[in-house]
Amino acid sequence: MKDSSKLLSQLAERIAYLIDVKGGLAWKDLGALLDDVQSLRRDIYELDEASIFAEIDKIRDRVSSLEREAAESLSPAEIVNIVRSSQRFTLSDILENVYDSFTELGGDGECNVDPAVVVARATISRRMKNKTYSHQVMVIGHEKGRGEEYRNGGCARPWGNAKALRYMKVAETEGIPIHFFIFTPGSFPIEDYPGAAQQIARNIYAMARLKTPMVSFISEGGSGGAEAIGLSDIRLMGSRGYYSVISPEGAAAIEGKIREGEKLPKELVEHCAAQLKLTAQDNLRLGTIDRIVEEPPLGARRDDYVFFRRLRYELIRATDEVVLKTKSFRAFRAYALNIRNAEKEGVPEDFDLVINWDLTEPEIERLLELRSKKYREMAKGFYGEEATSSILGLGKAKDLASQSYYEIRYGLLRSHQRNVMKVIEEVSSEGSVLLNKVTRPVRAAYEFVFPRPERASKGGRGGMQEHVSIFAEEWEAYVSPLANEDRTVSCPNASKYGCLDLWVPDLYGEFCGVCPTCGHHFPLEYRWYLEHLFDKGSVEEFNTNIVSINPLGFEGFQSRLEKDIKRTGRRSSMITFDAKIQNIKLVVAMLFGDFRNGTVGAAEGEKFVRACDRARITRRPFLSYIHTTGGIRIHEGTLGVIQMPKCTMAVREYIDSGGLYIVVYDNNSYAGPVASFLGCSPYQFAIRSTRIGFAGPRVIRETTGEDVPPDYHSAKNALKRGHIQGIWDRREFRKNLYEALMTMGGPNLYYK
Amino acid sequence: MADINLNDLLRSYRSHPFEERELVTPHTGIISFQIKEGQEVRGPGGKWLHKPGTLLYILERERNVKKITAPCGGEIIKIRHELEGGFVEAGVRVLSIRHKLTKEEIVDRILKEVLIIFRAPENARYFLATDIASKLEKQPRAALVVKPGDEIIIMSLMKRDTIITYDGIGGVIYKTYFEPGSLVEQGAPLLGVCPPEKLPYVQKVIHRINTEWED
Repeated sequence: MKDSSKLLSQLAERIAYLIDVKGGLAWKDLGALLDDVQSLRRDIYELDEASIFAEIDKIRDRVSSLEREAAESLSPAEIVNIVRSSQRFTLSDILENVYDSFTELGGDGECNVDPAVVVARATISRRMKNKTYSHQVMVIGHEKGRGEEYRNGGCARPWGNAKALRYMKVAETEGIPIHFFIFTPGSFPIEDYPGAAQQIARNIYAMARLKTPMVSFISEGGSGGAEAIGLSDIRLMGSRGYYSVISPEGAAAIEGKIREGEKLPKELVEHCAAQLKLTAQDNLRLGTIDRIVEEPPLGARRDDYVFFRRLRYELIRATDEVVLKTKSFRAFRAYALNIRNAEKEGVPEDFDLVINWDLTEPEIERLLELRSKKYREMAKGFYGEEATSSILGLGKAKDLASQSYYEIRYGLLRSHQRNVMKVIEEVSSEGSVLLNKVTRPVRAAYEFVFPRPERASKGGRGGMQEHVSIFAEEWEAYVSPLANEDRTVSCPNASKYGCLDLWVPDLYGEFCGVCPTCGHHFPLEYRWYLEHLFDKGSVEEFNTNIVSINPLGFEGFQSRLEKDIKRTGRRSSMITFDAKIQNIKLVVAMLFGDFRNGTVGAAEGEKFVRACDRARITRRPFLSYIHTTGGIRIHEGTLGVIQMPKCTMAVREYIDSGGLYIVVYDNNSYAGPVASFLGCSPYQFAIRSTRIGFAGPRVIRETTGEDVPPDYHSAKNALKRGHIQGIWDRREFRKNLYEALMTMGGPNLYYK
Repeated sequence: MADINLNDLLRSYRSHPFEERELVTPHTGIISFQIKEGQEVRGPGGKWLHKPGTLLYILERERNVKKITAPCGGEIIKIRHELEGGFVEAGVRVLSIRHKLTKEEIVDRILKEVLIIFRAPENARYFLATDIASKLEKQPRAALVVKPGDEIIIMSLMKRDTIITYDGIGGVIYKTYFEPGSLVEQGAPLLGVCPPEKLPYVQKVIHRINTEWED
C-alpha cells in the first residue's frame, strides 16, 4: 500500500509539472487526470491492491504518452513555463549534486547579505584512470528555490550583486576559476545604495578584465540581472532554459500598450515569447551563447541526476577549454581541444587529461585578449553596414594609417618628449645658475622642435576673453524650433516656488529652456546641443554607414523602424561624431530620444564601440551624452542585451589605456545602458531635472508591489545615493565640460 | 490656552461636520468649468499625494492651458457660472467645495485647539528622554505628566545629544507627533500636552468621536 501511495504522489507531481508546462489544466484534460489520481489517493484503503496498481499503470501510461506529446513541440512560451516551474532544478541542487563540497560565503539561507545571490567556495572533481583530481572554484549564482519566500524569486538586490563582485575579486586573487549560474528573471529594481543599475555596471566593468577563467551557465537569463554575473569566457545554456531581453509578459505589455492592472491576453504573451527568440537554440544561432547543455525533453528537475552528471562534465570541459586556449604551446592545445570536439553525445566516465587551471601571467594576458575579441565579435552582422568591399578596405587602411600616426605622434614622440622634459625640469630645479645657463639653450632648442600647445587662459582658450558668455555669440546661430510658438507655458514647480509663466520664444531661446525662477530644465531637442555645446562647425559625424535593422524579424517592427527613419532622417538612435570644445578635440557618442526612444540595439552598440576605439587610437577624451535612453531595444532580443558587456569591454579598454570617459545624462536615462557602459564611468554627471534609474515606476510597482515616490529617479536623488558625481546646469554645460576635460582623465590624452 | 467647552465644540462639529472651502483662481486667464454643482470630486491621492484630484476648471492665458484640480474631496457647491468663458483675474473666488470632515480630521482639529504644542527647535533627530521612554515601554497607555523644567526630549544633532527641557504649561503628554530617531524639521510639532483639568474631557470627546462617528 505504501508503494502505491508513493507512486501516486509521483504521478501527481508529473501531472502538476505538465500543467505548469502547458500553462493550465485545459490541455488534454489534465485536470480530470489529476482528479483521478487524487480520488485514487483518497480511496487507497478502500480498494484492493490489484485494482489500484492496474489503475496506476493505466494513468502512468497516459501520463507518459502526454509527456512525449508535450515534448514533441515545445513553444517558447512553454519553455518559459518550464523554467518557472517549482520543480525545476535550482542552484542549491547544482551545488549539492555537481560539486563535491561547498562552503557558502556571505551568509547562508535567510541570514544572508542577499539570499537571492549565493556565493560558495566549492570543489569539483574529475576522474582519470581511477584517480580523482579536485579543482577549487568559486561558484556565484542566483537561488530562487529553497525558502523562496525570502529569495525574491532569484532577483538580486544591488548589495547581492556587490557581494558577487567582492567574491569575483577574491577568486581573482586566489587564481581560481569562477562558475556563474544564472537563474534570474531580472534584477530587483531598487535604487538604494549601491543602486541596481550602477552595481550591475560595476560588475560588468570588473568582469571585462577579471584575470581568471570564467564559465557561466544560463537557465533563466533575464536581461540586466543576468548580465551582472553573465560576462564570461564560455557561456553555456540549458537546452530548456531561456535567455531574454525582457519577460514575455513585459514585452506583451509594451507591444500591446496594455495599461497597468489590465489583464494580458495569453495569445499576445505567447506571440511575444516567440518573437523575442529566447530559446537556447535561438541564442546559439545568434551567437550570444557558446554551447547548449542537453536537458531531458521536458527540462531537468530537481532529481535529474543524469543531467547533473552531464552538467559537471560540461563545466569541467568548458573550464578546460578556456584554460587550454590560453596555452602558448599550440600543438598541445590543438590536440587537447580536438579530443574535446571529437566527443559525441554521451558523457564519458573518465577524462583523458588533467588540466591544471592555474594560469601564468602571459596566459592571463591571452585570456583577456580572447575575452575581449569574443565580446567584440558578438552581434556583428546583425546591423546594416552600407559599404562596398573597396570602401571597407579603404576604411581599414585609413584606420591602420591613423593608428600608426597617433601611435608615433602621441605615443613614441610624446613619451620621448615627456622624458626630455622630466630631465630638463630635474636639472633646472637644482636652481644652479650655472646649470641653468647650460640648459637654457637646450630648452630653447627643444621648444623650437616641440612647440608647446597653446594652453587656455583662466577664462577660456585660444584668445577667448574672460567672463564672456559662452553662448552670447552663438544664440543667433540656432534657434530651437520649439521657440517658434507664440504662447506661454507654466513651470511644473510654479505652485512650489511661485514661478512666473514663461513666454515660449523667451524660454526656448534666451533662457535655453531653463525656468529663470526655479531652474527647472524643460526638455530641448538634441540638435540644440549639437549647435550650442561644441565649437561652431566642429561637429563631424562618422559611422553613418551603420544602420539599425530588424535582425530577428520581429513582427511589425520593420514598419515602425522605417517610420522613425523617415521622421528623424537618421537610421539609428546613436550619433557618433568628432567635435571640439574650446579647441580640445573629443569623440562623442550621443543617444537621442526621437529614434526608437533612444534604445540600444546591435547598430548602436557597434557605433559606440567604434567611437570608443577611435577615442583610444586618437588619444582623445570620450564623451557619452545621453539625450534620452529607454534601455535595450526589446525587438532585438539578446542581441541587444549583449551590447551591455560588449560596450563595457570597449569602455574598459579605453579607460585602461589612459583615456577620459565622461557620461552626461539628460531627460530620461533608464535600464540596460545605465546598467553597463554608462554606469561604469567614474565621471557621471546629469543635467538638472534629469531622471536616472534602472527601471521605471511601473516596473518597480509590478515587481516589488510597492509604489515609489514621484521624485525617486530624480538627478538630485541619484546624486544623494552616490550614483552620479554632479548635477550641471544646461547653461553651464559647455563650461563644466571644458573644466572636466582640463582637470580629469589619465595621462594618455594628447593635450595633457 | 483658550477656555473651550468641549461639548459645545463636539456639538458644533456634529451639527455641521463639513468644511466649506472657497477656491480662488491662482492666476489670470479665460476660465472654463469642467464640473457641475452637486458633483462629488476627489482630492489628491496616492501615498505621496502625487496623483492629482478631479479636474475642476481650465484657465487659459496666452494659449497656455492650465488645469486646476481639486485640492480636497467633497461636493461642489456654488459655482460662479457667470464667469464661464470670460477672463478672470487671479484671486477671484470661482467655486466652493463642501468637504466632509473625516474622523481623523475632527480629532486633529480638536486636539490642535486643546493641546499645547511643543515644537522642534532645530532640524534634528529627536528621542524621548530615557525615563519617559522607559515608562512608556512599561505602560504604553500611562499618563505622563510633565511640568516646566522637566527633561523631556533628547535632540540629536551633529553627533551631540542635547537634552531639552519643557518650558510650557504643565500637563499630560497626550500625543507624540514624531517617530523616535526620525528627522524632524524645525518648527514641526513634537509633543501635544494636555492640561490636567482638560484631560478627562478630551479623552471623553475623542472616545465618543472614535466610537460614534461615521465617515
